[in-house]
Formats: sequence, structure tokens, C-alpha cells
Amino acid sequence: MEALIAITIGVLVAASVYLMLARNVLRFIFGLVLISNAANLTIFVAGRLTEGAPPLIPVGADGPVGDVANALPQALVLTAIVIGFGLFAFALVLMFRAYSTLGTLYSDDMRIAEPRTEDKT
Amino acid sequence: MTWTLATPLVLPFLTAVLAFLARYGAAGRWFSVAGNAILLGASILLMARVLDQGVIATQMGGWAAPFGITLVADYLSAVMVVITAITALAVSVYALSDIDERKEHLGYHALFNILIGGVVGAFLTGDLFNLYVWFEVMLISSFGLLILGGKKEQIDGGIKYVTLNLISTILFLSGIGLLYGMTGTLNMADMARAIDTVENQGLVTVVAMMFMVAFGVKAAVFPLFFWLPAAYHTPAFSVSAVFAGLLTKVGVYALIRMFTLVFDGDIGFTHQILLWVAALTMVTGVLGAAAQNDMRKILSFHIVSQIGYMIMGLALLTPLAVAGAVFYLVHHIIVKANLFLIAGVAERTAGSTNLDRIGGLYKSAPLLAVLFFIPAFSLAGFPPLSGFWAKYVLVAAAIEIEGWIIAAVALLVGLLTIFSMTKIWAEAFWKPHPEGVDPELTRLTPQARRNLLIPIAALAAMTLVIGFSPDPFVTFAKDAAAQLLDPTAYITTVLGGEA
Repeated sequence: MEALIAITIGVLVAASVYLMLARNVLRFIFGLVLISNAANLTIFVAGRLTEGAPPLIPVGADGPVGDVANALPQALVLTAIVIGFGLFAFALVLMFRAYSTLGTLYSDDMRIAEPRTEDKT
Repeated sequence: MTWTLATPLVLPFLTAVLAFLARYGAAGRWFSVAGNAILLGASILLMARVLDQGVIATQMGGWAAPFGITLVADYLSAVMVVITAITALAVSVYALSDIDERKEHLGYHALFNILIGGVVGAFLTGDLFNLYVWFEVMLISSFGLLILGGKKEQIDGGIKYVTLNLISTILFLSGIGLLYGMTGTLNMADMARAIDTVENQGLVTVVAMMFMVAFGVKAAVFPLFFWLPAAYHTPAFSVSAVFAGLLTKVGVYALIRMFTLVFDGDIGFTHQILLWVAALTMVTGVLGAAAQNDMRKILSFHIVSQIGYMIMGLALLTPLAVAGAVFYLVHHIIVKANLFLIAGVAERTAGSTNLDRIGGLYKSAPLLAVLFFIPAFSLAGFPPLSGFWAKYVLVAAAIEIEGWIIAAVALLVGLLTIFSMTKIWAEAFWKPHPEGVDPELTRLTPQARRNLLIPIAALAAMTLVIGFSPDPFVTFAKDAAAQLLDPTAYITTVLGGEA
């Protein structure tokens, strides 16, 4: 199971790096989504996988009985997903604004804040 | 006990809520000023407590460390919180006249105070994942502040700022996951103990490099700084002042914290890299500044160059060098925020920050010239201003362990810094205004003059105080360095519960 997830993470990172190297910032954003999910999976698998043992406490007991999965990585991943979602929403809106005000999605053409020397007149 | 540590953290968020609710009236901005004044009081209380007891810690929600989230303040954290509060107060007064009503209606004051809350949280937390969360709080509010107003340059700079910072965040998050997998804890004090028992120390070094890159992007070190000069000259002056003062310094703080507390196993490798990074950051930053012709762009590149000095202190890792880094942090935040505030006044009176289009400030606004002179030449390291002592301690530390090359680089960069400061001085202040305008301060309304100049004067006065009586500050920095290099007190206070 670990091997499968590790390969998945590798594929996700490879695809996202490919996307993020594009000049189109929209593709960059899609790459960012993929790599943030790769990071979430990394946390999940680094917390050790325990199959079929939900971290639940039986009725009447004070603590979990027998082997249970580690609940902490799950909590961390959940937090990271929520934060990542917020940032992604912001980034998408920013790209939309960029497209409507700057008229381009290509990072090479975004030179208003730092104009090339030959553009300065 | 608990409240001394939690108050500086809660206050900015409370202020943010009040400022947001009152954003359509004048009350909103005054809530921001009052909230930050109280924050300064609370942070001074915290400082007094830390000076009294060394390290103080509290467990949130009553969960014993290392299971719950710990808030912890040692000398370094405490001084960073105080300096954050000072900057926040100065900028919130400045913002009274700098931020127009439209930006206020969009929630400028709320975002600003959330940003301050995030910065304070990052300084006070003792939990690695919690540090990530504070970084995010800081990041999302800084995104908002950066593009508030929606000018073309802001959107353009914002895209670079947002994308590069998000990549660093993801590296940071993956690093946390891997470190948790190896040590089984997220509490930084507990991690410092557990990291030595990890079998595969090579893997620890790999994760250390991930953290170095992640924090390196935040701190704007070579070669990861490109987002900074792309973005920092675009937003409102209050915003770029608080960014310049605080944001990169949170990255430096996180580097200092992690690379003295947790990643001290393979110093020969990690800190050697840091030393190279420091030298290259100093040089590229100052050379970048020399090529610019806009006040804020020059100052932005100077941030990069100055970050190099702080990293140099961390990389040398002797008591004196780390003390130099701490002293440099404190001095730099005050000076840098002040310079951006002054750039704002220069634009308001002379019409631009582009050095080709302004001039005559020395003749028409001598007060502003004096106020600029103090932080600018403190940054360049003129004796007896605060920057001189900061550079002196660092260079002395480098010579002490015979690091001749880094000492030479530090001195050379100091010289080049003087060169670019004299460039601003000659162009903006000495040369006559190209359009024959007299950029007198009376062009501002009396109210604006008061709101804009009081924070600048207060920060300049602080630079003078540090410059003329550096002894207590250097002693404090040395104590802070001693705590950082021997984190026993930090670890026992955190893990021993309420001490």
C-alpha cells in the first residue's frame, strides 16, 4: 500500500512540475493543486498506514481498544486541505482578475510591475 | 501566566473583527490604532515576564506537551513580538492618512490586523504544524493587502508573490509530514530531543534542506528572492512598510529557530550552505539595488541584501554571530519599515518615487531629509547609528573564527549599500526638482502631516536610541543567542508543563 501511494505521489509531483513550468499561469495553478495533494498524501503516508482500523473508541471504554490508525496525520491533512482550498480559491480569482485587467495569462507578458529596460520610455 | 502569552495573540484578531465591523466609519481606523497600542502594552508585559523568568510556555487547551499546542516565548520570540507591535502601531497611525476610504471599505484594517496576528502567532508557537497555520494566516492576509486597490502593477506583482509563496508553503508542509514520520512528534522542543534518535540521519539532512528552501523563499534569500522586488513596490505605502519590516523577518526567524533547535545535527553541511547563501544574498541584493531607479525598488532589493547579514549570523553559529543576527533583526525591522514610510511621504510631496522625476526635498523639506538620513545611513552602517553596531558585531564574529571571506563580503556590501543610499540622497533630496516644484511638507494637510510624520519620527528616534546606547541591546542579543545555542531551558520549559 505504501509503495502504491509513494508511486502516486511521484506521478502527481512529476505532472505538477510539468504543468508549473508552463508559461500559462492557469496551467501553473493546476500544477499547484496537484502538488498540494501530493503533499497531503505525503503527510498521510508518513504517519504510517494502518488498514481497516478506524481510530474509534467503543461505547463504554475510556480509550481505543487494540490497534487503531494514527488519527493525527488525518487531522493534519484535513487542516491542510481546508487551507489549500482557500488559497486555491484566492489564486483562481487572482488569475481571473489578471486576465481581465492585464489581458493575458502568459507570465512572459506580465511585465507591468517590472518593465523591461527597452519598454521604459 | 497563560494570559501573558495568549494576549498578544488574541488582541490582533479581536481588533480585526472590530475594525471590520466598523469599516464604513472613522471608528474602524481608530480601532486599529487603539488595538495596536494595547498590543504594544501586552507585548511589553510579555517581555518583562520573559526577562524575569527566561523562557515561559503555556499549553493551549490544557493538553500537556507534546500532545497539545504549546505557546512559548524565549528572548528571541519576546523581542520579535515587541518589535512587531511597535511596527504595527507605527504603521496603523501612518495608515490613518495613507489609506483612502475605498480601501478601508474593502477591509484594509481588518486584513492588516490579521496579518499582525499571524506574525505574532508565528513568533510565539512551539508547534511545527501550528507554525504552518500561522504562516498561512499571514500569507492569505498579505495576499489581500498586496492587491487591495487592484492597480495593474499590483495584480502583476501579486501573481508572482502568490505563486512563489504557495510553492514554498507546499515544500514546508511536505517537510513537516516527513519530519513527523521520522520523529513522531510536532512539538519543536520534543522534536529537538527525538531527532537525535532517528536512525537515518541522512534523511534528516534532506528534510532540513526542504525546510531551508521553504523558509528561504519566505526570507527572500538568494536564489529564491525574485518574488520580493516584483511585488513590494506595488501596494500602498503602509502595506509595503509592514511587509518590508516584518514578513521576510518571519522567514528569518523560522530559519533561526529550526536551524538552532532542531537541525543542528549536521552543521558542517547545512550551515556551510547557509554561509554561501548569505554571501550571495548580500551581493546580489545590493547589486540589484544599484541597477534600480525607483526609491521603493531600491529599498526592496536592500531588504534582500540585508537578509544576507542575518543569515550570515546564523550560518557562523558562534554565540557572537547569532547575537549579531538577533541584533540585526531588531535594528533592521525598525529601519526598513521607516524607510518605506518615508518613501510614501516623498511621493506625496514630490509626486513620485521614481528618482528621475523627483528632487529638491532637502531644500524644501529639511525635516524629512533629516528623518530620511537617520534610517538610511543606519542601514548603510554609519557609526554611531544602529546599523553600524549590527554590522560591527557580525563582522567581529566572522573575524573571531577567521572567516575572512565572509567578513570581507559583509564589509564590501556595506560600502555598496552606502553607494545606493547616497544615490537616493543625491537624486531625491539634493538635486533640484526636475519640474521646478517645491516639494514642501506644507503640501500635506496638517492632519496628514501629523499622522505621517509622527510614526516616522518615533521610529527614527528608536534607531538613534539603539545607536547611541547599544550596550543593553547587545547584552540582550547575547543572552538571546545563548538561549538559542543551548536550548535546554527551552526544551525543559516546554515539556515540563507550566513552569
